[in-house]
Order: sequence, then structure tokens, then C-alpha cells
Amino acid sequence: MYHAIVFLPLVGFLIAGFFGRLIGARASEVVTTSLLAVCAVLSWIAFVNVGFGSGTTHVQVAPWITSGDLVVNWAFRIDTLTAVMLVVVNTVSFLVHLYSIGYMHEDPARPRFFAYLSLFTFAMLMLVTADNLVQMFFGWEGVGLASYLLIGFWYEKPSANAAAIKAFVVNRVGDFGFALGIFMVFALFGTVAFDQIFPHAATVAKQTVHFIGFDWNAMNITCLLLFMGAMGKSAQFLLHTWLPDAMEGPTPVSALIHAATMVTAGVFMVARLSPLFEYAPVALIVVTVIGGTTAFFAATIGLVQNDIKKVIAYSTCSQLGYMFVGLGVGAYSAGIFHLFTHAFFKALLFLSAGSVIHAMHHEQDMRHMGGLRKYIPFTAAMMAIGNLALTGFPFTAGYFSKDAIIEAAYASHTPGAAYAFIMTVVAAALTSFYSWRLFFMTFEGKALWSGAGHGDPAHARADEAHAAPASAAAHGDGAHGAAASHGAAHGADDDHGHGHGAHTPHESPLVMLIPLAVLAVGALFAGYIFRSAFIGEGHDAFWKEALFTGPDNHILHAMHEVPGWVALSPSVAMLIGLAIAVWFYLADPRKPRELAASQPLAYNFLLNKWYFDELYDFLFVRPAKRLGRFLWKRGDGWLIDGFGPDGISARVVDVTDRTVRLQSGYLYHYAFAMLIGVAVLVTWYLVGGGAR
Amino acid sequence: MFGFGILSGLILVPLVGAAFILTLRGDDAAVQSNARWAALATTVVTLLLALVAWSRFDAGSAAFQLIETHPWLADKIQFKLGVDGFSMPFVVLTAFLMPFCILASWVSIGYRVKEYFVAFLVLEATMIGVFVSLDLVLFYLFFEAGLIPMFLIIGIWGHDRRIYASFKFFLYTLLGSVLMLLAIMAMYWEAGTTDIPTLLAHKFPANMQYYLWVAFFASFAVKMPMWPVHTWLPDAHVEAPTAGSVILAGILLKMGGYGFIRFSLPMFPEASVYFAPLVFALSVVAIIYTSLVALMQENIKKLIAYSSVAHMGFVTMGIFSMTEQGIQGAMFQMVSHGLVSGALFLAVGVIYDRMHTLRIDAYGGLVQRMPLYATVMMVLTMANVGLPGTSGFVGEILTLIGTFRANTWVAFFATSGVILSAAYGLWLYRRVIFGVIEKDNLRNIKDLNARELVVFVPLVALIIWYGVQPNYILDVFAAPTAELLKSTQAALSAVKTAAVAIH
Repeated sequence: MYHAIVFLPLVGFLIAGFFGRLIGARASEVVTTSLLAVCAVLSWIAFVNVGFGSGTTHVQVAPWITSGDLVVNWAFRIDTLTAVMLVVVNTVSFLVHLYSIGYMHEDPARPRFFAYLSLFTFAMLMLVTADNLVQMFFGWEGVGLASYLLIGFWYEKPSANAAAIKAFVVNRVGDFGFALGIFMVFALFGTVAFDQIFPHAATVAKQTVHFIGFDWNAMNITCLLLFMGAMGKSAQFLLHTWLPDAMEGPTPVSALIHAATMVTAGVFMVARLSPLFEYAPVALIVVTVIGGTTAFFAATIGLVQNDIKKVIAYSTCSQLGYMFVGLGVGAYSAGIFHLFTHAFFKALLFLSAGSVIHAMHHEQDMRHMGGLRKYIPFTAAMMAIGNLALTGFPFTAGYFSKDAIIEAAYASHTPGAAYAFIMTVVAAALTSFYSWRLFFMTFEGKALWSGAGHGDPAHARADEAHAAPASAAAHGDGAHGAAASHGAAHGADDDHGHGHGAHTPHESPLVMLIPLAVLAVGALFAGYIFRSAFIGEGHDAFWKEALFTGPDNHILHAMHEVPGWVALSPSVAMLIGLAIAVWFYLADPRKPRELAASQPLAYNFLLNKWYFDELYDFLFVRPAKRLGRFLWKRGDGWLIDGFGPDGISARVVDVTDRTVRLQSGYLYHYAFAMLIGVAVLVTWYLVGGGAR
Repeated sequence: MFGFGILSGLILVPLVGAAFILTLRGDDAAVQSNARWAALATTVVTLLLALVAWSRFDAGSAAFQLIETHPWLADKIQFKLGVDGFSMPFVVLTAFLMPFCILASWVSIGYRVKEYFVAFLVLEATMIGVFVSLDLVLFYLFFEAGLIPMFLIIGIWGHDRRIYASFKFFLYTLLGSVLMLLAIMAMYWEAGTTDIPTLLAHKFPANMQYYLWVAFFASFAVKMPMWPVHTWLPDAHVEAPTAGSVILAGILLKMGGYGFIRFSLPMFPEASVYFAPLVFALSVVAIIYTSLVALMQENIKKLIAYSSVAHMGFVTMGIFSMTEQGIQGAMFQMVSHGLVSGALFLAVGVIYDRMHTLRIDAYGGLVQRMPLYATVMMVLTMANVGLPGTSGFVGEILTLIGTFRANTWVAFFATSGVILSAAYGLWLYRRVIFGVIEKDNLRNIKDLNARELVVFVPLVALIIWYGVQPNYILDVFAAPTAELLKSTQAALSAVKTAAVAIH
């Protein structure tokens, strides 16, 4: 069964990838989607079997790399953690496949699209079923490749290409740490297989290792290196810059890869390695602090973004921060619980956003939306459900998982936990604000899309962007340009790129709405149903040995015994955020503009995403290019070649030239030269002989 | 077969083929066609023969096999051939790449066609000779003789600056080899023989080892090429015809790594340990420096050439880590790089044949006209970047794991190469393949034809297959690696205790 779950998507990829043009787009869609349906059903069966039945299963597939004492196998490790991930990945992937049939119906390259989706699913499944670090790395880089291919799916768009490369390269920065972590694990344990690593963690944790000139506690440095990989994949603070740009990909991709599954791989990795992290207190503090910072920082940026997908992207970034806070304070199951519920409501939000974009003919700027609820009521309802779950409205999925993390952060006594508690509570208010802002700008208020010729800069409305008219105009133009070129490139919807006024927004087809409905059910009830198993009384029976908590780790009990105000605080924060959003975007729509105008510095700081892109460009990208050119022209060209081969050959030519000049052909010249030579020789002998 | 074994056959068959082509008279289309087919047939027969040799080869043993000895110069210097796990993969790789080179030259070589194929077949004979020689003088002979056909291939059938590049190539490598010749003589006076198996068992005095090591290093470092003696490679690649680049990157570069493993490490273990930090330093510089330089290249072949130098940095680093993973990883990396860079140069040749330019900015948007080509390039780029699941990954991670055990600083800096390789690889792909076709002359460019597909399908399949099942190659040199490390253990342990004392 596990072979089927993992390899069926690969089969789908191969069929759609190699024979897509032969069998046609429709057949590719049907094949990949139905294979994923099978996977999804099998995953739920596996989930019940493993979670509420037997424990860990091992499936040996094939040998991979054998070199000396390094033995790496292709093998599956199926425990509760894997089963949870299987359910998340395959369910969302199936729904996204289904949804894409509707969403991508105008695209001529559909076989390629579905092939990539299935390839991604395969790589993700390899990642979550890995029984050793190297196979995990295989899945890790594999999802990176699929993400690269899907972000750059519309390869005519320069922005999409740039975003794809950025995603891959920034992830590689994380993978640099991950790889070093693997080497460190191998150096310490002599193996990379989880089964053989985990029992020895406690012993190794007492060791000291010498790494790049310093002595480190073995487990702390190992976990820090591995966490660097998690930061890249899960777009945590400092390595987050690729995720918002990744929204260049088609929206179903954003839902599947950049919200529900791939970006949670970092969270999964830390949870999988909980037996190591439990012995790495310093690394856990770093996880907590980075998580808390990300939760807050991404939420602040989300407040002012105008692209509907970018808002949700920053929201994802922020929610991933929550998950890391949960892991960092030792409440691994709470982090994974949030991963689980988040997959439902965030995929729902993205797919709903996709439905909005579909209705608006590839318009993504919320300043050109408004009043859509009347036209696409079902999508609006779904978006509202997603928002409720995301903001933690009582008894929705997010309510249980997010509150659990916040309570755990309060209950923990590790350094950094208090910081994380404050950050996550504040972020809860911010989350509520930007989520409802998104909803109100899109679905409520005046319809701003019916006006003619919205593309001209004058119309790139001074709405919120009043404080930065230049950048807003550029932004409006850019968004429009992208939409137009996209439309042109796809031929079929040439007339859609322009003049929205000619069309009224329309509700999406059923094949797109059904996935929304399914996800909405998850967003509403997944928290309530699985609360007990994930973080409640059923915890130990459910997780069994999949998640490790040290003997001193009592966080799961402590978090249920926090004071009442702590338990209430996220809900209060949520209500505050909601109230402000209502005030700003329903009651007094001029307020945001006034506020932005009165605080241009803060507003621009947030609008430009804390200037991280500019900073990295200045710190890394441009110096690397300059250094590369310098080494090429000056290093290779001037120094090595100039003093090496070219220089020598030039000197040889010089000397020959001079020798040629000496050969004047006059006998007395030669005689004179000979005489001088004899004189020198005699002198040298005399002096030398005298000295002896 | 006439008193000769299969290894002599591997050297002789290409020479016979070359001789046959030389007997063809005239220069009309029919003769050219005959020359092509004769060359293809010869290389295919050689490949089959190499596969037979492989099937007779026992991978479980570390010893030299298929040995044959014929009297040659005096009694001391013999024509002795044999293979072990280190040389066998290169013999097969050489024989395997050759037919692709012939196919890649099918239409792109328009003048002096006979001579071209003769040069290639002679080159094949010398390359196989390098890997199967079990006598130092014989090895040197083949090692140097290979320069001549390559010199001619670049100098006659190359591009605009071919004369400069061919001389640079020839003089650089020859200069390196002169020192090796001196060392070979010194070894003969010391050990009284040039028989490689005997020399492997001979223990050279420590102070002599240093000189000998440096002399061999001079030759192999240029061949690799290691920084800072790498500058001949980009020029040679840019000017060489496609098939020349394939052989250059696929096989000739590997002679350096092969030499380190065959001679430097086992014969001069103490010197190797002593000089390992130097090699580490040069390797790390090569990886980072040339990756940065690759980033800024404007010529496709030059970019790939620089990336080759970076990849060879992993090889030298792995070899001198003196760990099983390091050495096996280096061997694997060389084989993998032979396939990947060979295929990459073939792929570049495809668009060069169509557009006659190698400038990156002359391309863009190829994916719209050439989807098959774009797919092949994607796989090759990813293999070059070292994506797990391709053969490029296995070599990289093994060398890095091995090096990490030897020196964490080196591994730390070398690992940063994975970031840079992703940057230059994907950036190249984006500029050449992705985007919209804006140049008029690209609008009618044709996708891969049947001949080109025949070239790429097996290469791509092998790159992925060995990425998923690398043990088929790793097993070949597992035994000799263990043997090699055992024999160098003494020298190593002395240094290791010293290192522990420092900590």
C-alpha cells in the first residue's frame, strides 16, 4: 500500500510528462487526478491504521548509496507523523489537481502543469516517508525543483522566471545548512538512518565537536545547521524572501506548494528530528525566537499588501512562524496540529483567492476589486470560512491549534518563550486585521472594477498608496502589464486581459467549487475532531513513538493549565483585529489612506517588506556579480594569464625580437660580442679563483 | 587474439579504424560518408569490446586484472596492460562517449572530414592507453601522445581563436608533464623498474616523496585543471568543436584525478598527507572562485567550462580527504561529470549547429520552439547543479561527507558551492531557454532531430539511473579504495594523532 501511495504520483508524472502531448490535455488531467484520488483514499486508510492502530512500519524499497560505512537506502518509515503528512499532502494535492482542471482550462500547457503537480506530490511523499536524512534531502530538493518549475510555469513572464530562480537559490542557502547538518550527523553517529540515530541522541548530546574553528555542543550545532534548512524551506525570517515572489506561479500551485505542503516541510523536519532537538536546548531557543519573529514580522507586512495572493503568502509565512514557536517550546504535537489544520484553511483561502482571480480574469490587485460578494457568493462564503479558521474564531480549526501554540508558549519556561508568546498574540490581532481587510476590500464596499481603462497610471488609484504614488503607480502598471502579457501569451483569453468592464465577474465552475467545499469542511471541523488525538488525552496513544519528548518536557500538561486570560488572549486579539478592520474598511473607508499619509515612513517600510529584497540585493547579489566579474577579468585575465601563459609568451617574443636585432649580419658585431664574452668569462674565473 | 589480450584490442581497434580511414582516397561526399560510418563502426566495436572487458572484470577484487605483458624497450620497460577498479570505469566511459562524439560531428564537420575522424580515433586509442597502462613509461607515452590529436582537433576544426587556444592547451599541459618525466626517471633510478604494480609496493624514502609528489602534481593539476592553472580550459572549450569539448571535459580532465589516485596517493602517501592542506586550499578556491566567474560568463561553453573546474575541485578535495567516501565520491564524480558535462557540451553543440554562436544573449525563449531540447537541458542543468536523483548529487555528497570528516572548514566552504552552482546553472537556463523569443533568427529554430535524440536519450537515462542506483558504479572501485586506504593508513594515522593533539 505504501508503495502505491508514494509511487502512483510518479506514475502520473511520467504518463502526463512523456505522453501528455500524445494523449491530450484532458486525458493527462484525468490520469493524474484519479491517481491522486487513489492516493488520498489510501492515505486516510493509512492514517487510521497507523494513528489509531499499530505503530511504526518500515518498508524497504531498494539500496541507494553504499560507500564504506555510509549506507543509504530507499526506504519508508511510516509512523503517525508520516501518516498525518500523507493525509495532508495527498488530500490537498488531490483537491488541487481537481481544482486545476477548472482553473487552468484555458492554458495550452496543461499536461505539463499536471505532470509537475504530480512530480511535486511524489517528491513531497518521498520527503515525508524518508527513513534517513539523505532520502529526506532527496525529497527536500525534489520539491524545490517542482516548486521552481511551477513558479516559472508561465516562462514567458520575466517576473515568474526571476521568482523561480530566487526560490531555488534561497532554498539552496537553507540546504547548505541542511547538508552540513547531515554531514555532522554522519560524523557524530556514523549513520544517517533515523532508527540508528535516535537511540544514541542522549549520548552524543554530551559530546563536544570541533567545527570551523570552534568547539560546539554536538547536538546544538547539528540541530542549528539542520534548522537552517528548515528556515529556507519554510520561509522563516531572513530566508523568507522567496515565498511572496513565489506567488508568480499559478494559484493552485500557491495553494498546494506554498501554503499547505512544501513550506511546512521545515516544520515536519524539526518534528521528525524531535529526538535530536530535545537534546539541543540552544537550538530550540533559536527555533522559538525565529518562529516568533516570523509570526510577527510577516503579519506586519501582510497589513498593507494590495495583491490578494501576497497577503495570503505573508499570512502563510506568519503561520509557519506559529508552528515553529510550538516546536521550539517543545510542544511538537501542537506545531504539527497547526500544520494539519493550517493545510485545510490556507489551501481554502488560496483556492478561494484563485476563484476570485478567475472571476476577475486574472486581476490580483485588491484595489481593483470590491463588492464582489453579490457576484460570487459561494466563493465569498468559502473565503469567510477560511478567514474564520485562520483568525482562530472559536471552535473552527485554527482556534484549537493556534491557541494551543500560544498557550504552550506561555506555559514554557525556556528563554525566548515569553517573547514568542507576546509576538504570537500580537500577530493574532494583525492576522485578524489583514484577513478581514482582504475580505472587505474584495467582497464588500464599492465595486472598483467596472470603471473603464483601469490600466492607466492615473487610475492606479491613490487609494492606500497615496503616500507613495510613484511606487503605487509602478505597481499598478506592473500588475497590469503582467496580466496583459499573460493574457496575450495564452491566446485563448486575449480579450480578458483588458477591459473588465465588459464582463461581470462570474462564479467558478463546479469542479473548482467542490474542492473549496471539502476544504471548508476541514477548516471548520478538523480542529474539533482531531483535537483530542493531536494534543489532548489521546495524545500518547495517537503519536506513540513518532514524536519524542524528553523526560523533563511537561509542556503538554502545562499548556492545559494556563490562566484563563492567557487562553482568552488570542480570541480577544482576534476580535480587536476584526473590529479595526470593520472600522477601517467598512465604516470609514478613508481612514486607511489618512493613516498611511500620516505615517509615510512606517507605511513604506511595511509596503516594501522591511526592505529585505533591497538589502539582500545590496549585500549578496550585486557583490557576487561584481566579484565574479572581477575574478574573471582581473584574476583570470590579468593576473593568471597575464603573468602566466600570455605573459611568458609575450616575453619570449620580446627576447626573440631583441635577439633578432642583434643578428645584424656584420662580422665585427659578432666578433665584438665574442670578445666581451671572453672578457667576462676570464674575469669571472679570475675573481672566482682568487676567492677560492 | 594473435597473442594479444582484450586490452590491447581496445587500443588497437581504434588505430585499425584510423588506418582504414586513411586508406580512403578522394574527398567527395561519398568518401566523407564512408569515413563517418567507418568511424562510428569502429567506436561502436570498441564500446562492445569494452563492455566485454567489463563483463570479465571481477569488481570484488582490488587486484589488477586482464593483465597482459609484452616485451618492449630493453627488459625493464615492458608493454604491460591491466585494469583495476579505478581504471575500468574510465575505459568504459571513454568507449561509451566516443560514438556520441562521432554522431555529434556527423554534419557539423565540413572540411578535412577523414583527417578529423582519424584524429578522433587516435585520440581514443591514447586515452584508453592511459587508463590501461601498467608501466610508467607506457603511461607517460599515452599521456603525452593524447595531446597531439587534441591539439590538432582544436587547432584545425576549432572556432575563431583556435590557434591561440590550441597552443595554450598544448604548452600548458606539456609544461606540466615535463616535471613528471623527470620524476619518472628518478623513480626508475630509485626502484629499478617502471612497472606500476611493483612501484605501488615500493616504499619511497620520505624526502624523495615530496619532490616526486610535486612533480606529478604539476602535471595532474594542469590536467584537472586546478586553480590557478585552469585558464587553458575555458579557452580550449570555447574554441574546440563540440566533440572536442565532450572529450576534453568527459575524459581528458579525468586523467588528472586518475593520476592522483593511481600514483600520488598510493606511491607517495606521506607527501600526500603533507600536501593535503595545499590541495584542499586550491580545491576550495577553485569551487568558489570559478563558480563566481561562471556566474558572469557571456559565452555558454565558457560558463560550462568554468563549472567543470568547480566540479573538479570537488574531485581533488575528495581524493585528498583520504576517506572512503571522499575517494569513492571523487571517482563517482568524475564518471558522473563525464556523462553530465559531456552531454551538456553536446547539448550546446545542438544550438551551435543551428545558430553558429555561443553567446548567451543571442538566445532566449528556446523552449517555445524546442520543448524536447528544453527538457533535456533541464535534466542536464539539474544534474550539473547536483540535484538528488541525478548522478551529480552522489559524487558531490560523498566527497563532501568524506571531506567533512577530514576538515570541516574545507567542507563548509565547498558546500557553499551548491548555492553558487544553482545560481549560475539556473540563470543560464533562464537566459537561454526561458522567456519569449525576441530574435528573428530564432523563430524557425528546429527541435532535436532523430540523430540528436539517439545521442541524448541514453545519456539522460544513465544520468538519472546512476543517480538512483549509484552502487552499480560505486561497487566497481569499492575494493581498491579500501585497499588504497589500508596501504596509506600508516602515513595517515601518524598525521591524525598529530591533529588530535592539536585539538
